[in-house]
Amino acid sequence: MQLARVIGTVVATIKNESLEGRKLLVVQTLDRNLKDSGKPMVAIDSVGAGVGELVFWCRGKEASFPFKREDTPTDCTIIGIVDSEQHVTR
Amino acid sequence: MIIARILGTVVSTQKDERLTGKKLLIVRPINVDGSDTTGYVVAVDTVGAGFHERVLVVAGSSARLAQGMKDVPVDAAIVGVIDTVDVK
Repeated sequence: MQLARVIGTVVATIKNESLEGRKLLVVQTLDRNLKDSGKPMVAIDSVGAGVGELVFWCRGKEASFPFKREDTPTDCTIIGIVDSEQHVTR
Repeated sequence: MIIARILGTVVSTQKDERLTGKKLLIVRPINVDGSDTTGYVVAVDTVGAGFHERVLVVAGSSARLAQGMKDVPVDAAIVGVIDTVDVK
């Protein structure tokens, strides 16, 4: 799992049926000092996150576990919202 | 998931039988601003995407979870055609 900042949204009308109704967000991964690190990715939202929020997300097959896990093709899912930056102790 | 642009197609007659009837496309990962990166991936199309469209690509074992991809030997699948990307 890694920390990330939600920086945007993606709209895709034509998509795999199993992704119907899912919110797609652009996330920028952060390092431990909450500075940008690496390239932005597209993630599915499972917690109701919005643009500008600090979140954590998981990659790989586990990313499909918050949903119908044998049925949701995602390798990148937002699984939690960090209450505030002060809650990230370094 | 990554954003990618479709660069071309791959035709393969001799392949794993579970790939029969699946469309194979060459995609190049792009940045959120639309600029190209380097490299490419061969991905299976699950949505009917076309040449030069921006698409969402799922990589790794999750690619098998797309509809119609159960037990198919793939590690990259196109799961959506992108209309807009809005980055603040």
